[in-house]
Amino acid sequence: MKINWFTVIAQVINFLILVWLLRRFLYKPVLNAIDEREKNIASQLKDAEAKETKAKKEQAEFARKNETFDKEKKALMDKAIVETNEERQKLLEAARNEATELRSKLDKSLKDMQENLNRDISQKTLQEVFAIARKALADLASLSLEEQSANIFIKRINDLKKDEKKQFVEAFKKGSNLHAGSQGLILIQSAFDLPEKQQAEIKSAVNEVLGTKTQFQFKTAPEIISGIELTSNGYKLAWSISEYLNSLQKNISEMLNDKTIKDETKKAPVEVPAEVPVTEPEKAPIVKPKVKFKIKSEKNK
Amino acid sequence: MKLSPDETIFWQHGFITINLTIVTTWAIMLVLVVGSVLITRKLKTGIHISRGQCILEMMVTFMNNQIKEIGLEKPEQYIGFIGTLFLFIAVANLCIIFPWYEAPTGSLSTTTALAICVFMAVPFFGIVKSGIGGYLKSYLKPTFIMLPFNLISEVSRTLALAVRLFGNIMSGGMIVAILLSITPFIFPIVMNALGLLTGTVQAYIFSILATVYIAAAVHDSKPSDKKLQVQTNNKEDKNG
Repeated sequence: MKINWFTVIAQVINFLILVWLLRRFLYKPVLNAIDEREKNIASQLKDAEAKETKAKKEQAEFARKNETFDKEKKALMDKAIVETNEERQKLLEAARNEATELRSKLDKSLKDMQENLNRDISQKTLQEVFAIARKALADLASLSLEEQSANIFIKRINDLKKDEKKQFVEAFKKGSNLHAGSQGLILIQSAFDLPEKQQAEIKSAVNEVLGTKTQFQFKTAPEIISGIELTSNGYKLAWSISEYLNSLQKNISEMLNDKTIKDETKKAPVEVPAEVPVTEPEKAPIVKPKVKFKIKSEKNK
Repeated sequence: MKLSPDETIFWQHGFITINLTIVTTWAIMLVLVVGSVLITRKLKTGIHISRGQCILEMMVTFMNNQIKEIGLEKPEQYIGFIGTLFLFIAVANLCIIFPWYEAPTGSLSTTTALAICVFMAVPFFGIVKSGIGGYLKSYLKPTFIMLPFNLISEVSRTLALAVRLFGNIMSGGMIVAILLSITPFIFPIVMNALGLLTGTVQAYIFSILATVYIAAAVHDSKPSDKKLQVQTNNKEDKNG
């Protein structure tokens, strides 16, 4: 239990040195490190808080924008729907119009086709009728159709009524005056070559009517089907069997129309008129054709 | 039989004596300083730290909290002194597990030296805190009649500090030595383990008492209203 005072003093100095050393090498660095880390953490927390605040703000902003966007989207959508409907209506209207137009065009073309068909049929019928008539006449009376036609034409000239005769003569004389120095020329056109005999008969008949001798010109025109035509200065006297053909054509047209209507409507079948001459083609040549003369006044021909 | 490491003398020249106590103290100082340098060399300030740093920080933070709990506002000012007291005594005491080691704290000269350091530190911190006048006034509290008693308590507690530590450590070493001669095998080990516990507790007690004395000196030298405020703050800290 002795106290060595030198040791005491030495230990005091030792301890104070140790205090200084540890403070320098241990406590200060550790405390500084702790402080610094705490500062770091605090700043990071502050940062995080600031970021959170910012994020919340941005979220709110975003939500607001989203809402606005939704509203705008809805409005645009509604508008687009309305516009689309309008457009659709327009397009439908256009399509309907187009369809109507097309249908009318189709109708027209159908009609044209029908007309063409009619014309073809009438043409064909005409030729057939003509051929049959010619054969029948030749067989029955040893007469050619041409001769018979000429005879009928002459008969017609002779049977001209007074008024008609006067008209003819006036027209002839007028023509003669107009063409001074030249006699009035009478043009006779026929579908076939008129035999000499018939030519002479026609000449004499016409001369008789006019009471003067005049010049004649005979011409063959195949487009005048089975007929004879007399032309003089705008006066025209003609006979043909086109009247029969016209009536035939009329009947066929009526029949076709009826059929078309029936097809279109698909309703109760329309009764086809009983007396349609075309339906019995063998009758046509047998029935004695009604000879009709057509007098037309064509000026400036 | 040597009661104190003071008696093992390596070199002597008149008054100057280099004995085992001083040499062991130097060794402990070297270990502590080198260890501190090594540990604090790799300190990081980021969020992720190494395990060693974590333990070190825990220790330092624990000391700080202890000092704070006793009533010292800024533990950073006192941790140098109090922490070093604790570390030095703890390391000196725990090294008894090494064979042929004699703790310097088992020498009355060392404990006296430490007690003298505390004896000097109390007025030092008191004066640093509130000046010489303010500190000296604390001896007259609560009345001037108490002045002699305050002075006696100042001296006696320093003496008690020195003797308490010396007695405990010296007795531990003595018991081990005596038991070794009686029951050489297992029992001294148990006593040595007990000695480790005692040594740690003594280190803790010594530094805590030093803190209490310093805290008393710092508080006494302050105006009463401030003292009250400090106490309230401490309570709030504890509750928090």
